[in-house]
Amino acid sequence: MKRFWCAFFMFWPILAFYLCWIAPEMNWWFPSNGPTGMKAASPIGARIDDLFYMILYITTATFVGTQIALGYVLFKGAAMTDEGNEEKVWYSHGSHSLEVIWTIVPACILLFIALYQMDVVKEVRVKTAFPEATKQGTVILAEVTARQFEWRIRYPGIGPDGKQLPYSPQPQPTDIYTVNELVCPTNIPVTIILQSGDVQHAFFLPELRVKQDAVPGLDIPVWFQASKSGEYTLLCAELCGWGHYKMKAKLVARPEAEHLAYLQELARRQNYDGVPEAPAEVAKGE
Amino acid sequence: MSTVNPAIGTEAGHGHAEEHGHGDGHGHGHHGSFISTYVFSTDHKMIGKQFLITTLLCLMVGGALALGVRWQLAFRWEAMPFFGQLFSAQGGQISPEFYTMLVTMHASVMIFLVIIPILAGAFGNFLIPLMIGADDMAFPILNMLSYWFMWPAIFCFGASFFCAGNGAASGWTSYPALSALQEAAPGSGMAQTWWLFGLTFVGFSSMMGSINYMTTIINMRAPGMTLFRMPLTIWAMFITAILQSFALPVLTAAGFMMVADRMLGTTFFIPGGIVVNDGDPTVGGGQTLLWQHLFWFYSHPAVYIMLLPAMGMVSDMLACMSRKPIFGYKPMVYSMAAIAGLGFIVWGHHMFTSGMNPALGMTFMVSTVMIALPSAVKVFNWIGTMWGGRLVFNTVMLNSVAFVSMFIVGGLSGIFMAAVPVDIYIHDTYFIVAHFHYVLFGATLFGCFGAIQFWFPKMYGRMMSERLGKLHFFLTFIGFNGTFFPMHLLGVSGMPRRYADPYLHPYLEHLLPMNQFMTICAILMGCAQFILLFNFFYSRRCGEECGRNPWNANGLEWTAPSPPGHGNFESVPNVYRGPYEYSDPNHSEDFWLQTDPAKSKTPKTAH
Repeated sequence: MKRFWCAFFMFWPILAFYLCWIAPEMNWWFPSNGPTGMKAASPIGARIDDLFYMILYITTATFVGTQIALGYVLFKGAAMTDEGNEEKVWYSHGSHSLEVIWTIVPACILLFIALYQMDVVKEVRVKTAFPEATKQGTVILAEVTARQFEWRIRYPGIGPDGKQLPYSPQPQPTDIYTVNELVCPTNIPVTIILQSGDVQHAFFLPELRVKQDAVPGLDIPVWFQASKSGEYTLLCAELCGWGHYKMKAKLVARPEAEHLAYLQELARRQNYDGVPEAPAEVAKGE
Repeated sequence: MSTVNPAIGTEAGHGHAEEHGHGDGHGHGHHGSFISTYVFSTDHKMIGKQFLITTLLCLMVGGALALGVRWQLAFRWEAMPFFGQLFSAQGGQISPEFYTMLVTMHASVMIFLVIIPILAGAFGNFLIPLMIGADDMAFPILNMLSYWFMWPAIFCFGASFFCAGNGAASGWTSYPALSALQEAAPGSGMAQTWWLFGLTFVGFSSMMGSINYMTTIINMRAPGMTLFRMPLTIWAMFITAILQSFALPVLTAAGFMMVADRMLGTTFFIPGGIVVNDGDPTVGGGQTLLWQHLFWFYSHPAVYIMLLPAMGMVSDMLACMSRKPIFGYKPMVYSMAAIAGLGFIVWGHHMFTSGMNPALGMTFMVSTVMIALPSAVKVFNWIGTMWGGRLVFNTVMLNSVAFVSMFIVGGLSGIFMAAVPVDIYIHDTYFIVAHFHYVLFGATLFGCFGAIQFWFPKMYGRMMSERLGKLHFFLTFIGFNGTFFPMHLLGVSGMPRRYADPYLHPYLEHLLPMNQFMTICAILMGCAQFILLFNFFYSRRCGEECGRNPWNANGLEWTAPSPPGHGNFESVPNVYRGPYEYSDPNHSEDFWLQTDPAKSKTPKTAH
């Protein structure tokens, strides 16, 4: 029976390892519905994935190592109570040098993990380290306001010259509004201003590996870059009430020219008053 | 032949047992009525047992709430048998607001009414005086109050279920403004207020306990029980008590601030100008992030409060069942102290995506990653403890090994979350849920199951059934891993927490079969807990009787009668050595009681 228990303790790590091994194939891995499949759909997302895999390799090695050690110890300890085994218990209170080794080695690895993340953290979060393209004032894409239970999006309007106007924190008559659909140009870093209209929410783009809480009372800039055109999932990741699960929305990325055209179309539709356009001669006559 | 034979223990302790008898264990030397013996008892052992039974019953309630959650994730919107009928008006269906309530109350019950009180309340109370050779706690009445303040807490949490919304529903973290504004959710009315009062009472209870533990451990150790001869359980309880008494006031204050926000019109946590659910716009300039800081300033150390005592108990059990001294006693103590110290400066890792200053995030990332270090040292030392020992494969050992094995997983998955960039993706997904269940259930609860089996003979003078214990362990272990391991994969797949219906989102649709499998495992695990309850109550009456030291362990508690009478020991024990002198080659037996004055047969050399 004791050997059964040893095997029992070894069986599950093997199964766990196997499950993780086949997970990508079984589609139990990063979301794969988006235009880029399981790969992150943004350059910074790809770097986040790399960090994830780095930690995964380090932890897997540790997991395998410690579980093998545990298995060895168990089987050996079980054999000690076998009939006729005269082996004595290893009477030991510990080993100073071992303690030093297994303190310093993990410490170095852990410190390495922590410091290795810094660049990406800085780029994702620290405003002064945002990509150059997001700093040029006019390229704030939109203001996204999370509410129970929808996303309200306010884009700066289109000017008389057909170009997009600069973002203004105060709502303007020219602004364009959408609900639950955020549009952005493909492959250009864009910034949104994230707000909450009521309780706390979180802006989560799983395919782009973007997540930022929307905190009532704060305007939080979030930048992202969709590397391929197409539709991405946008959802809420912070409990915001009974309808938390149904804050279903999407991010649609289009090539830059099409994006502008789409915004112009949105503006036109929003301003459409139902009156047919006046014939050209009448306009001249006035 | 097994070294741990209850029969040997019975004989060894028989002489003493006759002097004192088993029957008058509780009432010896003090003529208490039923009320003063079993209800308002000031005896630490009775209080410990009261805590234990209360928390085991709460465990079943918390588990039932969890099964509601699992039901919805596997069979969404289908009528849930039995539990669905209890509260929900939707003909047994779990409505979205009911679901968020289940999530909230499951966590609240498990954390505040099960894990914290079972470790500090039940085992802390029962073990501290016995293990340090004291006759009782330093403040017995305070100790009694610490148990009886649990009941207002249970009442308040319970009352929450009968308010609008059927319970608080803003998550156990109760982030404002969802929790602070009455209109924000169906459960944010009176239910949330009751919840906050419940939290306050739990805090009172813990605070009274921890003051008592610190005082007792510092002042009431038996002669010869130096700090570095204390069992690791006592070290863990001591460090936990310190953590608790320093962190808890912050949460209590925050709780009152929240109550004031809700009832007195203050705005500590409510920013101005927000409109919730078509209510009036809020006024005032509060900051919701303030709550998060205050809440996690307690609740992160609380994670270690929920883990350290189990670490200590497992260390004791592993050493005993491996018949070997603990490997690296002092490193074990220092690493617990390091966990506690670092535990105070890592709370921000719950807030990496919250919008707090990113520079702060980087600092918290480094401290959080480094807290894995003392945990790793402990794991290595546990494996070192078992290395080359004569392992006894009983229920105690199995649960302790499960603790180590599961804690490795929980510890390693923690590193993913400590790294800010990776956390940005996995934050608030099922990866987190997997992580903390591996730590709190996989580690702490398995540790507790082992500890119940281990100290049950001391509590009731009878052994728990090994056969049932192993069956319970086997089913729980399978159910546990079947339920929680796939959660890592769900997390990587980006499935957010607290979603009543994740499959509304096309990228999560294909995860339904996996969730159904997990739910079946969870139901199996839930049913297995009845074996534990049965074993507990059956063995109390009908278990095999045992003597003082059924496990041939070294600690002071094993020199007292089982169960110990009032005042615990017949005479003040003298302590001659540490608690882990198993298989000393210079001693005739493979255990060596801390109270045994015998010197080594041969002059001892430094080891």
